[in-house]
Amino acid sequence: MNKNKNSGSKLANPVIEVRNLVAKYGERTILDDISLDIYQGEVTVILGSSGGGKTTFLKNIIRLNQPYSGSVKIFNEEVTQMDEETFARILRRVGMLFQNGALLNSIDIYENLCIPLEQHTHLPKDVVERMVRKKLDLVNLSHALYLLPSELSGGMKKRAALARAIALDPEILFFDEPSAGLDPITSAQLDELILDLKNLLKISIVVVTHELASIHRIADRIIFLHKGKLVFHGSLDDAKLCPHETVQEFFRVGRFE
Amino acid sequence: MAEYQIQDKVLLIEGQLNKVSVAKLYSQILKDKHFKEIDYISLKKLEEIDSAGVAMLDELILKLPHPVPVRDMSEIVKDTISVFESRSLPENPKPKKAGIFEATGSAVINFSKELFEMLVLTSDIVYWSIVGIWNKRGQRKGSLIQQGVLIGVDALPIVALLSFIIGFIISLQSATQLKQFGANIFLANLIAISMVRELGPLVTAIIVAGRSGSAIASEIATMKVTEEIDALKMMALNPIRYVVVPKFHAVTFCMPLLVLFSILIGIFGGMLIGIYYLDLSLVAFLNACLEVTALKDIVISMAKSIVFAWQIVIVGSHYGFQVTGGAEGVGKATTIAVVISIFSVIVMDALFSLFYMI
Repeated sequence: MNKNKNSGSKLANPVIEVRNLVAKYGERTILDDISLDIYQGEVTVILGSSGGGKTTFLKNIIRLNQPYSGSVKIFNEEVTQMDEETFARILRRVGMLFQNGALLNSIDIYENLCIPLEQHTHLPKDVVERMVRKKLDLVNLSHALYLLPSELSGGMKKRAALARAIALDPEILFFDEPSAGLDPITSAQLDELILDLKNLLKISIVVVTHELASIHRIADRIIFLHKGKLVFHGSLDDAKLCPHETVQEFFRVGRFE
Repeated sequence: MAEYQIQDKVLLIEGQLNKVSVAKLYSQILKDKHFKEIDYISLKKLEEIDSAGVAMLDELILKLPHPVPVRDMSEIVKDTISVFESRSLPENPKPKKAGIFEATGSAVINFSKELFEMLVLTSDIVYWSIVGIWNKRGQRKGSLIQQGVLIGVDALPIVALLSFIIGFIISLQSATQLKQFGANIFLANLIAISMVRELGPLVTAIIVAGRSGSAIASEIATMKVTEEIDALKMMALNPIRYVVVPKFHAVTFCMPLLVLFSILIGIFGGMLIGIYYLDLSLVAFLNACLEVTALKDIVISMAKSIVFAWQIVIVGSHYGFQVTGGAEGVGKATTIAVVISIFSVIVMDALFSLFYMI
């Protein structure tokens, strides 16, 4: 799981390399020539105004949308033209938490978590059950094991979905607006969990979020997208000094929320 | 890959203990005859471990007659184990399934509850639709026409096609039989009576239940899960009056017309067989049709069609309002609404036939 022993140092390996990525919906250009690296063992936060292309950026990296042009490398392998089977092997090392959890509604939480474990490994049943229960315990949901997703609140769904995303011990974890619709306490707990995952499991984490409080807690590196263009890439302290108008506006307005 | 050995009552695991290697190693260790005797587990030579590995260690320790310690691990392995250690997890047993008596009991209770709720809904709908005839407040302007088009006009092609095919097929099947006795002219009686009394209303009701019953249920269910119904209530609008009543009025108008249309097309299908296969004359066929159809038949047929229509709307909106859960619930509500409305239409048809006999 932890291949890079220097993950704490400045010379971390990039796990994702994006070069000249362009994404379009029809004629509309959503992402315009984005190039950046995402490093191992770091929390990278993607910021930007609504409609700025943040979710599209995530979806293009993991090929839920096909990029219009450009290159995306995950674990040093070019994925944009990769065949489905090879890409599936990469996806097993990647987890994603969707905005609304995206749990399968017809089966209970336990079975939702079993899906990746049963489909992608040959683990014995008792080990699987133990892993599922532990992962749910990590997100404080032990009591919800046999409940259906429709019986959970929004925050619980999100945590259950997180447990599913980490079921296979991924090396990269994507979060699409983890704190949207959560109260500040739950959202802070989720941030704690993100930091735990980073520190203990050395997972590389990419987060799309608007919450300034959350950014202060978790971010190692910040990517700022505005109208489809990359306007800033660097640390949080540097971001505050960034001369770009929208970045300035974001930190100025956000602080008083 | 990972390997193990048991020496001097020590279980030594080496290599990479991850979700690939655990699958094999776990059963191997469990089958080892010295496994139950070990004193501790040594991870001296373990390079890597993940959550599956930790889960395996915990399972192994819990399978032993007495708990044993895990020793000699590197810092990184120790960290990972401390994150995923799961022996102290609270047990939460799977909820038990209800026994046969409990299941029967709750089914009966649920059924009567549902019946009661449906009666309440029926009274609400009937009350508001009578009020709504004179007082159009609380309804969207033009919704009656819009619903009429959706439920009635749009259903015309499919009703026509199915009625024609059914009239045609029944006539074809009976014509061969009738021909043997030279009773050709009775084809007209047969097709007129069966279309007017039974098939017209029934076929139309089944089509409308499939088309509009499902649409009503899914529309209301979606409105319910997306909180639109609550929004209407908060604007001091009665959701039944706003959403259901226009459909109720529309279906009450459209259904008899659709049934009439279906009867005519069905008879037309039979007429083609009569003229071209049994060599009947057009005048003789129509004469026989008119002679055999009493006014009472048509009145009952129309009454039937209105009752069926009400059933479809009431059942559809009932299951729409009952929905729980998200998108999943909408699908379930729609399915059950169609099944129950077709079922209840057929039962009601049987009851009508019984009354008719008396």
